[in-house]
Amino acid sequence: MNKIKVSIAGGSGYTGGELLRLLLFHPNIEVAQVTSEANVGKFVYKIHPNLRKSTQLKFSSINELEKCDLLFLCLPHGSSMNRIDEFKNIAERIIDLSGDFRLKDKEEFKKWYHHEHSNPEMLNDFVYGIPELHREEMKNAKLISSAGCNATTSILALYPLYKEGIIEEDRTVIEVKVGSSEGGNKFSESSHHPERSGSVRSYMPVQHRHTAEIIQELSLGKKIEVHFSATSIDMVRGILATCHVFTKQPLEEKDLWKLYRKYYNDEPFIRIVKENEGIYRYPEPKLLIGTNYCDIGFKKDEFSNRFVIIASIDNLMKGAAGQALQAFNLMYGFNETTGLEFPGFHPI
Amino acid sequence: MKAECPVCAATIELLKDAVEGELLECPDCGTELEVISLDPAILAEAPKEEEDWGQ
Repeated sequence: MNKIKVSIAGGSGYTGGELLRLLLFHPNIEVAQVTSEANVGKFVYKIHPNLRKSTQLKFSSINELEKCDLLFLCLPHGSSMNRIDEFKNIAERIIDLSGDFRLKDKEEFKKWYHHEHSNPEMLNDFVYGIPELHREEMKNAKLISSAGCNATTSILALYPLYKEGIIEEDRTVIEVKVGSSEGGNKFSESSHHPERSGSVRSYMPVQHRHTAEIIQELSLGKKIEVHFSATSIDMVRGILATCHVFTKQPLEEKDLWKLYRKYYNDEPFIRIVKENEGIYRYPEPKLLIGTNYCDIGFKKDEFSNRFVIIASIDNLMKGAAGQALQAFNLMYGFNETTGLEFPGFHPI
Repeated sequence: MKAECPVCAATIELLKDAVEGELLECPDCGTELEVISLDPAILAEAPKEEEDWGQ
């Protein structure tokens, strides 16, 4: 069988590098080109040293992109929407890992991104990139917009509860603790090691853009409110989302076990993690490094109608590159787990 | 013979030669369980070993 010829536009960042790592070892993929304007002509392993001896590819300019079957866009936010017509001439299928085409409503886009969308008529052409919610649409999709990492964690944690309508729709509070790789590979004063090391930084207590995706995907025809905060901690990869929800009727933990089992038992990358003993009783980001899993646990507050839902992923994997490859597998009818089987390290 | 996990409500298939007092782990939530009845098949959380910290 001929391999699927893919290229990456914007391959020098962490997401592009992680995606390339996965693509190079996928049995049905041939990586044709990887672009980076700042690194044209350089071996990609000069930027992604973990890929030494895995590839002799060199970075191309985005203007040198040749026709391929599928193009992954790992460009900075705002770039994809301006050049999408050009990219569509290069590849019949596109998976965009930026935030440009995640939202369906141009007014919502403007509200959260603080500028107009340059291609609003295309917002509804993209399938939102969480396979667990949009698997059937992905199978026939030409355009997929990968979900935000914090949004992915939060949506997967809460989807069964919103879908069943068993929680108060306006009281959900989500606090995510995130690693520094979420900030990309551009450095700043705040990322300077003496400042960053050991810090617990409330970098987005309100108005994080991913809130809009969470509302979009969990609304399901109702008006909901989600109260989202993000805190950056001393970790390179990983997200831990702690979600506080309030049930409309009294529920027991067994009820949530049944609910999450109903939605996720057959999902290859979702695991319910809730144990009464042992060291890792709830989802733990460090165990997920390099994996495509989303671990979800929960605990009932015996003194109220609150449940705490805890979810974790690797932001560069299930929150970006892994999720995109899972979508790719669905688009081409490959086994959904191909190239994503890595189970993680322990200890790490 | 099927029984329900008292912690997570998972359906657990008991072995044909299961006996009362037998210990097993729930494959879903990992809780250690004890077979307290066979007819009907009923499971309960197994008693945890208390640790003596000398206090």
